This record gives sequence, C-alpha cells and structure tokens, in this order.
Amino acid sequence: MQEAARAIVPAPIAKEGASEVWLRLRRDSEFIAIPLLALSGAAFLFSLFLFAIGKNPIEFFELVYRGGFGTAFSIQNTLQRSAPLILTALAVAIPARIGMVMIGGEGALVIGGFASAAIAIPMIDRFPPMLALIIMAVVGSLAGAVWVGIAGFLRHARGVNETISSLLLTYIGVAIMNFFVEGSLRDLTNPNKPSTKPLGDVYMVGKIPGTDVHWGLFAGIVIAIGLHVLMTRTTFGFAARMTGGNPRAARAQGLPVGKLIIACTAIAGACAGLAGFYEVAAIQGRANASLAAGYGFTGILVAFLARHNPIAIIFVAILFGGIVASGGLIQRRMGLPDATVLVLQGMIFLTLLTSETLYGRFAFFQGGAGGERT
Amino acid sequence: MSEGLVQTVLIALLGGALRVSTPFMFVALGECLTEKSGRVNLGLEGTLVLGAMTAYAISFHSGSPWLGVLAAGCAGAALGAIHGFVCKLPRVNDIAFGIAMMLLGTGLAFFFGKAYIQPSAPRLDAISLGGWSSDPRIASALQVHPLLLVGILVALAMWWAFANTRWGLLVRMSGDSAQSARAMGVSVDLVRFLATAAGGFLAGIGGAFLSLYYPGSWNQGLSSGQGLMAVALVIFARWNPLRCVAAALLFGATGAIGPALQSVGITQGYYFFNAAPYILTLVIMIGSAGSQKAGRDVPGELSITK
Repeated sequence: MQEAARAIVPAPIAKEGASEVWLRLRRDSEFIAIPLLALSGAAFLFSLFLFAIGKNPIEFFELVYRGGFGTAFSIQNTLQRSAPLILTALAVAIPARIGMVMIGGEGALVIGGFASAAIAIPMIDRFPPMLALIIMAVVGSLAGAVWVGIAGFLRHARGVNETISSLLLTYIGVAIMNFFVEGSLRDLTNPNKPSTKPLGDVYMVGKIPGTDVHWGLFAGIVIAIGLHVLMTRTTFGFAARMTGGNPRAARAQGLPVGKLIIACTAIAGACAGLAGFYEVAAIQGRANASLAAGYGFTGILVAFLARHNPIAIIFVAILFGGIVASGGLIQRRMGLPDATVLVLQGMIFLTLLTSETLYGRFAFFQGGAGGERT
Repeated sequence: MSEGLVQTVLIALLGGALRVSTPFMFVALGECLTEKSGRVNLGLEGTLVLGAMTAYAISFHSGSPWLGVLAAGCAGAALGAIHGFVCKLPRVNDIAFGIAMMLLGTGLAFFFGKAYIQPSAPRLDAISLGGWSSDPRIASALQVHPLLLVGILVALAMWWAFANTRWGLLVRMSGDSAQSARAMGVSVDLVRFLATAAGGFLAGIGGAFLSLYYPGSWNQGLSSGQGLMAVALVIFARWNPLRCVAAALLFGATGAIGPALQSVGITQGYYFFNAAPYILTLVIMIGSAGSQKAGRDVPGELSITK
C-alpha cells in the first residue's frame, strides 16, 4: 500500500535523495547479513560437531585460515582452486536466474576436460601451442555447453525435471570418460592410473606473470563480470530474469522461453566445460578420474551462497577455494579424514537454505517500506 | 553366441536383478511415500550412503547385522526428519534442500566411514529359493535376501494402506491438495514430516543392503547414484508402490548387464554398461515426463513435475 502511495505522489527528489540511498542500502544489506548469519550458524554447528568427536574447533578454523589465506603460498593455492569454483558456480547461477535448479556442473567439467584432452592428442607436435590451446578451450566449452544444454532442452521440450536429469548426466559423463580413458584413448606408457596421453609442458596453460596461479582465474573473473553485465544490462538478461520470475507471464509476452532456457543452460555448461579445460591444460596435464574432484558440487554451494550473483560468486569462490585448499593441512595436523570439508560444506548448505526463511522477517531491512520481499 | 552362453547371461541377469534391485526398491518406496505426501526429497542418495555406512559400522561393533539394518533405518529417518522439519518453513525450497542433504549425508558417511573400509563386518545371510532346480546357475541366481521379501511386503502394505486406511488417505490428501487437507483439520506439515522421516527410514535400510549383502562391503564408491535413480524411478512408477517394485527389478536387471556379460568373458564396453542404468533412467524420464498417465497420477502439490 505504502509503495503504491509513494508512486502516485512524487516526492521532492532533492530532499528525499539521501534517505532513499540509505533505505536502499538498508534493504540490500539483508542479502549480505542473512548469508553471513547462515555462515556463522554453520560454523557454530560444525564447532559442536568437532567438539562432540573430541577435536578443538578453534584449532580447525585457525588451520583453515593458515592453510587457505595465511601465507603467500597458501593464498596462491587458494586462488588456483577458486578458478574452477567460479566457473562451476556460474554454471549453477545462470540457469538459476531463469528459474532452474541445475546441478550438472561436475559432469560438464568432466566432459569438457575430457573433450579438450582428447582433441589435443592429434594436435600435439603438429600445431603451434597457442592455436592448440584455443581449439582445446573451444572444444571443451562446446562439449560442456552441449552436456548441460541437453538437460535444458529436455526441460523445455519434455518437461523433464532438470535437477535430476543434470545429475544423471554427470554420472553418464564420468562413465563416458572412463570408457575412453580405460579403453581406446588410454596412454599405455602410464601403467599407474588410466589417463589420456599427457599434453607435455609446451602445450600447458601458463601462469599469470609474477604468480603461481594459472590463467583460469583471470578467465573466471572476466567471464563472471561479463555474465553479470549480460544478465543485468541486456535485453537477453532481462528476458531471462523475467522468465525466471514468471514463466507464464514471459510466455504471454511472447518471449522465446525455450530458446532462453537452452541458451542459459548452454552458457552454464560452457562455463563448467571451460573449467574442465583449465583443470586439464593447467593442472593435470591429462584427463583421468581426478577430474571428478567435486568442484562441480562445491560450485553449487558457492552459487547459492552468492545468491546467484556473478560478482558475489568471485568472492565466495575464493573463500571456498581457501577451505578446499586447507583440507590437506587439516588432514595432517588434526588427523581428520578428507571428508571433513564435505561435512562442513553440507552444514553450510543446510543452514544457508534454512536461512531463506528469514528474508523479510526483520523490520530493519524493510526500511519502513512494508510489503514482503522474496 | 551359443545357446548355453545366452542362458548363462539370462540367468545371471535374473540373479543380478534380484540382488541389485533391493536398494532401488527401498529408496523408491521411501520416495514414493514422501512424494505422495506432497514433498520431494532428493537427498535420498545421501541417506542411502549414510545408511550403508551406519549398518556396516553397527554390524561390525555389535556382531549383529540385523541391528545394523535397524540402525541404518534410524540414521535415514534422522536425515529425513531434518528435511521434513526444515522444508515446512516458508520459502525453503525442498529440491535445493535435498541437494544439501545429499552432500551432508555423503559427507557424514565418508567422515565416519573411513575407519570401516578395512575391517570385515558380519553380513546378512541369503535364503535359497533355487533348491528345486538341479542347475547350479539357477540355484545361485535364486539366492535371495530376506530384505528383498521385506521390501515386497512393504510395497504391498503401502499399496493397500494408501487405498484403504485413514493414514493412507491423510497422506494422499496432503499430497493432492494441502488446502483441502487443512480445511479438514489435518496438519499437513506433520503428515509430510512423518512421511519424509519414514521415507528416510526405508532408504536407510536400502543402504544397509548395499553394505551388508551386495556388494557386501563398505567403501566410498558403494553407491553411485542409485538413490538418485530411485527418485527418478518413482515418476516412472507413477507413485504406485507395486509399480515401484517392478521398476526396481527392471533397474536391477539393467545394472546387472555389465557384470553378466563379464561373467561369460565379454568385457568390451564394461564402462558403457556401467552407464546403462543412468541412460535408462534418463530415457524413462523423457518418456514418462510428458505422458498423460503420469499427469493424471501425479500428486497435485508436487514441485518436481511442474
């Protein structure tokens, strides 16, 4: 009611300006305050958990800080790990804007990484490295785009639930990679772990000058900013967000809902596929089962914590990169299994989704405007 | 392929279907109950894994595998209860929350299960139904586990209860129209809470079967998506417990193709056949998503098919 009244009676702009900005700040701070509250809740729950099994929670969080952000080395390690997280989180965030819960990032990462490693095999020693890498990146992204795009297409054409189908495609993707890696594309000179033929140092992606971090981080940040602009400043983004808000209204307006859905899922898959390319061409040097390291699943959590905002994803991904990076240190120093990070992530996810119910409950964030915000 | 080989493969498929289908059946029945009440729990994959770990650990410590089965059910019910409790809060998305439960359940299972990868726990014994046959292949294929029979009994009981009891009616009403259920004075949230917890209990028992009978050990790769496939299977079974059993048997047979062919020496494409159940699930989802029959049988409150 009040909002309607304000629209009818134009307020003197100069006089209201300062307080309008303050009100907006107050309202927007809700989207930071509640996730932070959820994070603290998860930290509290996890401390109780550690306490119950006889470990010291303070030591744990200290080790996360030291292992993730304490030294120049650990910060670079963290940034290295946040690169795929930015991209896999974008793979969740972009479909989320159009109203889809798409969790196929892990599969698109695996398929993208595998495709780029496979296309590289005939190019090694024949193509100049730069050209080969560009082709690999394009092929990896395309493979990922097709992979998640399938789930988007099925959603649009047949009404198949995209959450289940994208997760099924993840299992299929891993099986396809294993099929080739253990079969026709296996590098027989490597008896230990079934892998494709190694790329060799010349065909690897380099580091950002002056650091130990590969270019994937740079690519992730640029793509995140680009997608933010795409989703907030273009007709495409507006149409996609409108479809996400109310598909029936979007259809009634004559928006090409199907094309928008497929485009958003293909963009998402391309991001995750590119993450797979960087894992192969900057870290592993070959495609094998290590590609399915869980970046796709952590990316889901990153996207939800960032409320599907591409810019926020960059920062949340760095935070989670730190948590993932400190896993080894925690394992060695506290004698905790490597699944500890999984438990922590699960608890964060749980408190975060539970905190959704708090939006609109605090008068402070409403700024006296009234009405419920979702 | 000669006739003898075909026979061996078919018998291995039958045996595989009977063995592999049980976890599918329990998860599908659990999800069927939850979805009938109008909520989706995608976290049953995590429940299955946590159930498998719990059953193995309790069986190892107590020496009684059946105590392990019970403990697995309780662990599953606890996870289901969390899901059921939180999802009644406004604006909490049950599908996203299911993903979180999947991560948490798997994480907890791997965390506590690390100590149980090596030791050997007492397993469950099978009942032999193949005594009538002189063919040793049939006799070994018909070694069925009591839990398979329990699962079929649960399915029959659920099918009968949905149609004939007050409780069955309450669950169906909450699932079809929460508004009318509320108007009748039914606490929809309570019904859904109980249905989700009971569904978690069943899925936990499915996990116990994995670690205590077939494959019969605990490791981190024990379940790879069975819980998720079972969720998809419920749509295919059109929310009917008896059809859930049939669908689970079909899935068991598909999962057994790879090992059955391997048993006669065909190892080519083993990884492809590993992917067969996932591909079948996807194909089935494509087929049943748009079907009119599914549209008629779907509980009205369900978010998953909208």
